[in-house]
Amino acid sequence: MAGKRNLPPLEFYVPEPKFRPGDPVDFVHVNIPPAGAQPRPDEGCAAIETSPLCYDLVRVLDEEHQAVGPWNPRLDADTLREMLRVMARTRAFDDRMYRGQRQGKTSFYMKCTGEEATSVASAFALAADDMVFPSYRQQGILLARGYPMVEMINQIYSNRADRLKGRQLPIMYSARDYSFFTISGNLATQFPQAVGWALASASKGDSRIATSFIGDGSSAEGDFHAAMTFATVYNAPVILNIVNNQWAISSFSGFAGAERTTFAARAIGYGMAGLRVDGNDALAVYAATQWAANRARSNQGPTLIEHFTYRAEGHSTSDDPGQYRSAREAEAWPLGDPINRLKQHLCALGEWDDERHEAMDRELAEEVKAATKEAEKNGILGHGLHHPFHTMFEDVYEELPWNLEEQSEQAIRERRIKWPSWKEYEK
Amino acid sequence: MNMIEAINDALDIMMARDPDVVIMGEDVGYFGGVFRATAGLQKKFGKNRVFDTPINECGIIGAAVGMAAYGLRPVPEIQFADYIYPGYDQLVSEAARLRYRSAGEFIAPITVRSPFGGGIFGGQTHSQSPEALFTHVAGLKVVIPSTPHDAKGLLIAAIEDNDPVIFFEPKRIYNGPFDGYYDKPVKPWNTHPDSQVPEGYYSIPLGKARTVREGEAMTVLAYGTMVHVAAAVCEEKGVDAEIIDLRTLAPIDIEAVEKSVEKTGRCMIVHEATRTSGFGAELSALVQERCFYHLEAPIERVTGFDTPYPHSLEWAYFPGPVRIGEAIDRLLGAE
Repeated sequence: MAGKRNLPPLEFYVPEPKFRPGDPVDFVHVNIPPAGAQPRPDEGCAAIETSPLCYDLVRVLDEEHQAVGPWNPRLDADTLREMLRVMARTRAFDDRMYRGQRQGKTSFYMKCTGEEATSVASAFALAADDMVFPSYRQQGILLARGYPMVEMINQIYSNRADRLKGRQLPIMYSARDYSFFTISGNLATQFPQAVGWALASASKGDSRIATSFIGDGSSAEGDFHAAMTFATVYNAPVILNIVNNQWAISSFSGFAGAERTTFAARAIGYGMAGLRVDGNDALAVYAATQWAANRARSNQGPTLIEHFTYRAEGHSTSDDPGQYRSAREAEAWPLGDPINRLKQHLCALGEWDDERHEAMDRELAEEVKAATKEAEKNGILGHGLHHPFHTMFEDVYEELPWNLEEQSEQAIRERRIKWPSWKEYEK
Repeated sequence: MNMIEAINDALDIMMARDPDVVIMGEDVGYFGGVFRATAGLQKKFGKNRVFDTPINECGIIGAAVGMAAYGLRPVPEIQFADYIYPGYDQLVSEAARLRYRSAGEFIAPITVRSPFGGGIFGGQTHSQSPEALFTHVAGLKVVIPSTPHDAKGLLIAAIEDNDPVIFFEPKRIYNGPFDGYYDKPVKPWNTHPDSQVPEGYYSIPLGKARTVREGEAMTVLAYGTMVHVAAAVCEEKGVDAEIIDLRTLAPIDIEAVEKSVEKTGRCMIVHEATRTSGFGAELSALVQERCFYHLEAPIERVTGFDTPYPHSLEWAYFPGPVRIGEAIDRLLGAE
């Protein structure tokens, strides 16, 4: 037992975030290098050459809202405005769906406020048929790819038009026709799956690449290690993204290892290229994704991108961040707000202004409202307009086995006992 | 053919028939597998289609799910069923649920081959029979052959099936049927009629049991190695048992089970896996619910003990002739 030997007692170290509820916040300890100062290596470089960038931060938009440095993707104003619009659209959508949950129209919702650039700008840098294996906080990719908002709301409401037939928790979208893989509640499982998809694409001589997203917290899962190992062993054409938003529900990123190193730096140990980018800088996210996509597409191998950002709101509608972190963190976040930064850049270019921005926000709010109304015609959660009863038993297997046939009959029998006049309204 | 050769033949045939079939796993490529099941396949079909993997079962199954999502038909190997657990989340949460949760947008037509079962002095981590951990999972199919003939036909059917299949291969009977008499010499497969394997393509439907022997005195429900052990004990004791090799555990061939127990009125369930919450419990419940008025004796479950699989005391653990014989006596003695 303890103290037997003449040695100092060992100490058990448990990480603790800098600020708790009520604490004043300053992020002086977060090193923010100047925009434009990061070198842009050749896309075909050896993985080890990206090592300095794993401890740096790729940034394009400077304090004067100008795009500077070698990572400036030099996008035209129309593309920038479109990107801004999708990011604002994502936020408008989140705000409305959050309220919908509070009004009891659905059981659950998760916003991506503050992280819109990580998904939207990534999507802009990918081809439309590059396969995405998302986590639950990349709704911006669906919106960037033009997935109908009404379809998203149908899924959130689990109504009779929900293409997932009411089987899935809200926001666990699946959209094969938009190259958006079915979202799982089990964290990080999509990471090795994305690698597998990329291997399949390579083995078939296809030109499509895969990309996947996990959070800082779920990068601690074993699946992360599996994915990184398989990706490098087979030189997979894949982009693996860690959205480091500092928080995994109530656990700060220190519990995933962030106190001692960066997430991007893990790439180097696997022999993979790594990039650490300002996740609130849409141009930096775009440039990094484009770099990694070009690398993958030319058979130069996989890339790990850490998007350094901040989860500006609660983890989900079931979470109250006021219980574990200072409410001042979001406003003090030194990398600001991704939508505002892109807006200011466009304004600085003389391609945008406050009036147009406000008009756009009003228009987007109307668009979301109209989509919500349209979706509500198909029902909201718990109001009866769900998929036919027997569909619960379908798609477990390609064909219904005998036990599911029996159980389906039982379920329908129970329904008739409870509501004798009940009829399955369609088969 | 022995069972290894039959499995190799099935893989060879499916690789040739379907360019989307790929084989992956630890040591399956150049070396041809630690049990030789994939011997020669990489040389014949190339590294694009038969390849070695890192030692990471989560990665093997996870990558296979992603490959299936692309449109391939992966046949991953897990070297021993005892090592399937790191891939369990990918099998249970992902492969099994993919079709359901995406309403059919994405499917996982993968066949996970894995040697399983004991009787080979494999100790704790080379002997387990974890089938109940998979029969409990909605969305998975579980198949266990007991002869070379079935191994080939069932494996071909599993690879062609559009649902994820766990294909457990009883490694005790890879080279010859085993009757449980470990102190007697083991015969090779070529002395057994079910080692006659047709050339070329044929398949055996999943979900269909095989009547090994018709009989009147009792029904024996078994699979894998235990089919041979139970049959040998019944023969030695001169019991006119009806022996059913289930072949597919999920979905189970309920008609075959019901028909037989209704005829015999007695039922013995035999498996190597541990007893509590083992697949025998499900079988016993099904028989009790569906054949209650035909039963003339309590259902017997002959299984491994509820301990980890021991090394030196293997034959004390293994549900061999003595344990089966006692159960037969109880079944036939009951009035």
